[in-house]
Amino acid sequence: MSTATDTVPASGAYEPGSHPDLAPPPGTTGPIRWMKDNLFSSPLSTVLTLISVYIVYTVVTSAGSWLVLDAVISADSREACQAIDSGACWAVIVSRFNLSIYGFYPDAERWRLNLAFILLFVALGPILFDNFPARKHMMKFSMAYPVIAYFLVVGGMGLEPVSTHLFGGVMLTLVIGLTGITCSLPIGILLALGRYSKLPVMRMVCTMFIEFIRGVPLIALLFVASVMLNYFLPPGVEFDLLFRVLIMVTFFASAYMAEVIRGGLQSMPKGQFEAADAMGLTYWQAMRLIILPQALKVSIPGIVNTFIGLYKDTTLVLIIGLLDVLGIMRSSLADPKWNGLAHEVYLYTAIFFFISCFAMSRYSLYLERKLHTGHKR
Amino acid sequence: MNEQAATKDISDEIAVQINGMHKWYGDFHVLKDINLTVNAGERLVICGPSGSGKSTLIRCINRLEEHQQGDIIVDGIELTDDLKHIDAVRREVGMCFQHFNLFPHLSVLENCTLAPIWVRKTPKKEAEETAMEFLEKVKIPDQANKFPGQLSGGQQQRVAIARSLCMKPRIMLFDEPTSALDPEMISEVLDVMIDLAETGMTMLCVTHEMGFARKVAHRVIFMDQGEIIEQNEPEEFFHNPQSDRTKLFLSQILDH
Amino acid sequence: MSTATVSSTDQGFSLLRLWRNKESRSVIIQIITVAVLFAFFAFLISNAATNLERIGKNYNFAFLWEASNYDISQTMIAYTSQSSNFQAMIVGILNTLMVAIFGIITATLLGFFMGVVRLSNNFVANRMVYCVIEFIRNVPVLLHIVLIYGIVVNVLPHPKAAMNLADTFFLSNRGLYFPAPEFGDAFIFVTISFVAGIIGAFLFARHAHKVQDDTGKALPVFWASLGFIIGLPVVVYFISGMPLEWIPATQGKFNLKGGMPLKPEFLALWLALSVYTACFIAEIVRAGIVAIDYGQTEAAHALGISSGRSTQLVIIPQALRVIIPPLTSQYLNLTKNSSLAIAVGYMDIMGTIGGVSLNQTGREMECMTIVLVLYLAMSLMISAFMNWYNSRIKLVER
Repeated sequence: MSTATDTVPASGAYEPGSHPDLAPPPGTTGPIRWMKDNLFSSPLSTVLTLISVYIVYTVVTSAGSWLVLDAVISADSREACQAIDSGACWAVIVSRFNLSIYGFYPDAERWRLNLAFILLFVALGPILFDNFPARKHMMKFSMAYPVIAYFLVVGGMGLEPVSTHLFGGVMLTLVIGLTGITCSLPIGILLALGRYSKLPVMRMVCTMFIEFIRGVPLIALLFVASVMLNYFLPPGVEFDLLFRVLIMVTFFASAYMAEVIRGGLQSMPKGQFEAADAMGLTYWQAMRLIILPQALKVSIPGIVNTFIGLYKDTTLVLIIGLLDVLGIMRSSLADPKWNGLAHEVYLYTAIFFFISCFAMSRYSLYLERKLHTGHKR
Repeated sequence: MNEQAATKDISDEIAVQINGMHKWYGDFHVLKDINLTVNAGERLVICGPSGSGKSTLIRCINRLEEHQQGDIIVDGIELTDDLKHIDAVRREVGMCFQHFNLFPHLSVLENCTLAPIWVRKTPKKEAEETAMEFLEKVKIPDQANKFPGQLSGGQQQRVAIARSLCMKPRIMLFDEPTSALDPEMISEVLDVMIDLAETGMTMLCVTHEMGFARKVAHRVIFMDQGEIIEQNEPEEFFHNPQSDRTKLFLSQILDH
Repeated sequence: MSTATVSSTDQGFSLLRLWRNKESRSVIIQIITVAVLFAFFAFLISNAATNLERIGKNYNFAFLWEASNYDISQTMIAYTSQSSNFQAMIVGILNTLMVAIFGIITATLLGFFMGVVRLSNNFVANRMVYCVIEFIRNVPVLLHIVLIYGIVVNVLPHPKAAMNLADTFFLSNRGLYFPAPEFGDAFIFVTISFVAGIIGAFLFARHAHKVQDDTGKALPVFWASLGFIIGLPVVVYFISGMPLEWIPATQGKFNLKGGMPLKPEFLALWLALSVYTACFIAEIVRAGIVAIDYGQTEAAHALGISSGRSTQLVIIPQALRVIIPPLTSQYLNLTKNSSLAIAVGYMDIMGTIGGVSLNQTGREMECMTIVLVLYLAMSLMISAFMNWYNSRIKLVER
């Protein structure tokens, strides 16, 4: 109370119209006030703060010593690790690092994967960022990228063919995720248009497909791919397992994609459809030129989120015997040399997924913010 | 522009003819027995309280709404289910909406050239020239490369008018073009519409701008509860309204 | 007057005319769609028939009634290796439902708790929960499952040295052992009183609502309900001579005996699914409450409604409308993700009929059909229920 009267002049101290800006009374700003507001605002909050600080302290100290201080980086086996120090045995990761990235892909051909990976970013740049230099021309490269990547990864056109049995690790994760998302985009668009269409049969067919796929777990669809799909092919025709998995993953992703895009279509004001009609555009012209460019733009954050989900779900292929990054690292647990190092192996995989997914989710958040600031470009 | 000169623009050719037209939304009877003939070059202002069906009426003329009974013949083409007829009518009829409905992902120029390029199959360069011409007419050629979101409401509506004109329509429909605008922007849009009127364009405007109606309309139509209650020349309509409903409506919108 | 010329010069081929008519064109497109789909499915089915015949298989479900010839460690109904495949399937369904229901309950509780912490202005707790959420939800759920399973199996002590909580709960690498309940005959009265308590609480709430409408007096509904639902059964329990005993597991030489075990497979699956889904629910809850315009709170305060009441009467009802739809899809995801049980060998639908039964009988088509139909039915039921709930609380708009 007394401080208030100290700093705030009595009323009438200034002539009307000449009152200067004054500093706020002490104790209403500054770090102590901040702590009072954000750490100790009530007894409950104080308790919460103390508990949290305790948890953070315990986790950081114990994890820190296990992860870093007492960890062993180079050793030949688990026993060797344990002989050196009591912490994590990262030697298993070091010795399996290349395997976890490239799978069983032949050593001599791995430059192709590196090249495909670098080109991926060149292809993604113009799609993901509005202000990419020479965007229009680079887009053509982006469109051609899937074909280029196919030949680089699988071989052909003068490159040594590589059997899909040798695919594994991060490379397989990326192949499944990227193929799924690329192929599911056009299918998803068609399904979304179908579900949004005025023709009852079209609407029903698309709705049934979408709801069926969304109603069953991915693992069941992968089982269908692994045990059932070949029965439905003409006698004598057989697809290899990876190809069957890619088909099912594409179906799976396109149902989710369709729902995301349908959300985008529904967010279009009715006036856009009317204006397109009033200009005399046909249905496909209106969709291609007016509605889809806008609806897709609104849907991009959702599409990225779908991709994140799909990317994480690629781990399920290990259940039907494909060795993705989790599968390949898990298989090293069966190696007698490294037996029992589950924590190191799983943590490594978890960090790999965390870094890539977190980066993608930040990007989608950035897009959402940008969309919310209005249509201005 | 005086009355005498204005009437001279009207030819004998019939632009829009509506015979005994009815429309329902579900069970709700929105338009009841509409009979209306508009000659080429004629300028019509349609007014009436909200919910009277005036917007629905002009939206029926380019078949944004389907009517259930009666005939609508636009520029000699009857509006039926036939898609070819609908396309043909829409090519000849331009429309401006209350909320502009510009395409936010396209620049102003692209908004204007879109329909000529895709519907009329005009070469791009030619379409752009035409577009610039009309953008000059609506006095915003300098905004051609901006996006709709960067323009004020009045500017957006003028772009919308230019966009319709780029299709070289024979008939223009205006659906409350000024009611979503801030008051200071109304006149810039009305000026453009008056300029357009002087070129002899057939115009059907749903609007509450009575000053505009007095100045350019050949005929004012008053609608209420889905019916055309009264139609007359502007002077007669404003000074000597016949029905009680018209009198009430006019007293409500004029006595401020 | 009607001299306007109608351009009806189109006397062309009649199919072309049909194509140009809006109505008939849509009919034509739809007929073509149906025909193409029909042909496509006929193609698939005929392929399947030929292929099955070639390897001497057929499509029938008689195997369901044959003995399954395998054991299941955690069952809710009587089951032996002599039971039929159909019974194995029922065990699988019940196990799926159990982990899904347990998972949904814990995920919801944990998710709401974390969501509320994320909304609190406590800086440390808020940041900590944020980090946990971001880490967990950016890592595949399968990894969580195998990681937790690994911890349970590898890190927890052998049953001999089980962690012992007051001789009641035992935690070891064989799972978590609860005391097993043993019901006396009189326990039926407690059950009846519990049901009666719920009915009583419901009736009282209605009565209180009416009293409040009529007189404006607010009765203590919360405390009365608590009395009805908890107090009444407790009183009956003591009067009827405490007909319920908890028998904890006993530590034998090699293993734990008796008690009610939660197997490591179930624990891993349940914890992983709960924690993973809870992180998504927390974000949904936070977003749902943030989405409510602060003006609503201000308006409620300006009307003199207390802070607690305004949350209850103004914020929660509106936030629920935002929260329910995404919450539904999280419940669906959890249920579907429970199929990952197969990675740790928990015998759910995928593990029984879609796993061991399929491998032993070689009837892939039949087993997968059953699996797909079961999951589809479950998903549809959950969405139907949540849609019903959502429509009940939906905002009426013009």
